[in-house]
Amino acid sequence: MAGRSSRAGAGAGAAAVTTAPDLLDLRLVFVTGKGGVGKTTVAAGLGQLAAEHGKRVLVCEVDAKGDVAALFESPPTDFTPREVTPGVWSMSMDTEASLREYLKLHLRIPVVGRIGPLAKAFDFVATAAPGVREILTVGKLTWEVKERHYDLVVVDAAASGHIVGQLAAPQAINDLVKVGLIRSQTDWMLDILSDPHQTGLIAVCTPEEMPVSETLELATRVREETTVRMSAVVVNRVLPELFNQREEEIFEQLSRPESERVLSERAGGTVTPVLDGARLAVTMRRTRSVHLQRLQAGLPKGLPVLLLPYLFARSFGARTTRQVAHALGEELGL
Amino acid sequence: MTVQTQPAAPKTLAQLLSAKDIVIACGPGGVGKTTTAASVAAMAAVEQGGRVLVLTVDPARRLADALGLKGIGNDEVRITDDVFARAAAHPRGELWAAMLDTKQSWDDLIRAHAPDEETREQILANPLYQNISARFVQSHDYIAMERLYEIHTEGKYDLIVVDTPPTRNALDFLDAPQRMADFFSSRLLRWLIVPYRSRLVNVASRPFYQVADRILGTQFLADISEFFILFQSMYKGFVERAEAVTRLLSDRRTTFIVVSTLEPTPVREAEFFSAELTARKLHLGAVVLNKVLPEYLRDAKADKLAESMKARASELAEGLTEDPDVAARVLEEVSESFLNFGVVARREAEQQAELKGTPDLLVTVPYFDADIYDMGGLLQLGAQVWH
Repeated sequence: MAGRSSRAGAGAGAAAVTTAPDLLDLRLVFVTGKGGVGKTTVAAGLGQLAAEHGKRVLVCEVDAKGDVAALFESPPTDFTPREVTPGVWSMSMDTEASLREYLKLHLRIPVVGRIGPLAKAFDFVATAAPGVREILTVGKLTWEVKERHYDLVVVDAAASGHIVGQLAAPQAINDLVKVGLIRSQTDWMLDILSDPHQTGLIAVCTPEEMPVSETLELATRVREETTVRMSAVVVNRVLPELFNQREEEIFEQLSRPESERVLSERAGGTVTPVLDGARLAVTMRRTRSVHLQRLQAGLPKGLPVLLLPYLFARSFGARTTRQVAHALGEELGL
Repeated sequence: MTVQTQPAAPKTLAQLLSAKDIVIACGPGGVGKTTTAASVAAMAAVEQGGRVLVLTVDPARRLADALGLKGIGNDEVRITDDVFARAAAHPRGELWAAMLDTKQSWDDLIRAHAPDEETREQILANPLYQNISARFVQSHDYIAMERLYEIHTEGKYDLIVVDTPPTRNALDFLDAPQRMADFFSSRLLRWLIVPYRSRLVNVASRPFYQVADRILGTQFLADISEFFILFQSMYKGFVERAEAVTRLLSDRRTTFIVVSTLEPTPVREAEFFSAELTARKLHLGAVVLNKVLPEYLRDAKADKLAESMKARASELAEGLTEDPDVAARVLEEVSESFLNFGVVARREAEQQAELKGTPDLLVTVPYFDADIYDMGGLLQLGAQVWH
């Protein structure tokens, strides 16, 4: 079934330039997208792919749901990274833990408990002060990059509606906070985020109306409102092209009532559902290809568009993560 | 023997809605929640009459355009009869729509609660306020519920269908009013404000300010404090309001519809959400499953047949078309595609079975050939969910 991947890619994206050889050489990759398009799957697949190429990878999920670890058949992770498959470490972002770590590392506050009920205080400050939660998330991620604990940090990031706020947080804080420790910290964060050789953003979408529209809007907003460079768009769940034009003509001939009757007789049962299934597959593919074309037309020239095939899988776990990794590898020309 | 006085559970969405004032469509992102909400509202207007409002968050532009909603904002706009007529429908009632403009709603709220003009203007001009009201996710959640309360209280509609904003956590919007109330009544808020009112800081709280100052900078902290001192003047109004919103959500006239697809991640979120609604004693009216693959794809006989068609493709296709080679290849493709989709259809059926029994009503909507982008499409979808 995974053998279909090449065909999905060739069918839909023959015209698109699908090589981004530098993707695995980045140090920090944010993976975003509208809810439900499979950004966690792509983040895990990218982690797996990088690990297979000898990298030491950290995959961090920001909206901690434990899904990343599950895609490696591993129990849910917390703030402390754990190796979930050879070469891939996984962690779940926890902004309060990030604050604790920050205080410990930078302020050398011996007993954090001394400043009162930290959880409550944190919740309060985070609600009150714009960007605190965001800066703690981005701060932790860039810090891992700065300290070179990993070759690549892949972030299963916030959904496309929130990612811009997150990525722009260091700049926003820089503008708001004129002095203080945070101010001095945001400078090096911005350095990492703004460096296209270190940091990139991958937008994941499916070939459907809303995800495509959101991706096009995101591309503009990322360019205008953040210092991060968009590295690629991944189109997930691309259905295989069932027929070429000639095959479709023949399919029509086979679907004629008299042919269908003969086929059913020869096969020893009614073939109608099988033919209907093919028609459904063709329609689904066609509806989606309109959106794929709109996406390709609307994105800036030269931005790689990587196509991932629809996975006809029983379940989602280590098996599909590998399939995604290999499909990504193929699209990247690795 | 005691007599059961509980009304029979509704068997269709039409029955469910006929007894409700408010329907809240919730669930994971990317499953057609907005479209489902719009379609349910359109059906209610056509079939049941009365004034129906759909309060939506972010409709697909093509759909909004087709409904004549270009550029609508917080104000409610009526969907004209023309729009229905183009879909050959003649509504008994009226369909209205409003988009949630978070920033505008916040400003309205401040105007309603500020004790005097000066405070009001100071708050509206505060950069921190502008940031919080326009950008923060939690503020969307809160304001959606706040708007619902506002509109419901005005009493202009028989039925209000709410499309909930996409959230990190599907439950955020339920907690938002309470969280807002907690926030304004928290000791921490007073704590943070006190030193900027009188610079007398007691010994116990001093370390907190020292840390806060070092992290955030004194000026920034002062800005925050000024903002909250202003906000505190509206404390009572906010808390009362939040409590009223919470009451409205648990009112028996309010029902929740969980919208999902049968993809693994959404379905897990939908399950969690259904359980959580029940645990909170909120009324889970129905679960609507979108994009469900047709049943014939998991027909065991057809599955076996497809296997043998794939193996005997050239033999089966012989003489039926002008090109036997292509015909054989086509039959192989067709069979393999059927088997592939069968795998997905069976996985989905299993997930659907797990959902059964949770809500009173489980509605499935088939995969549509095309995207829904006009009233005709909405009503076509509506007809699927309605009966």
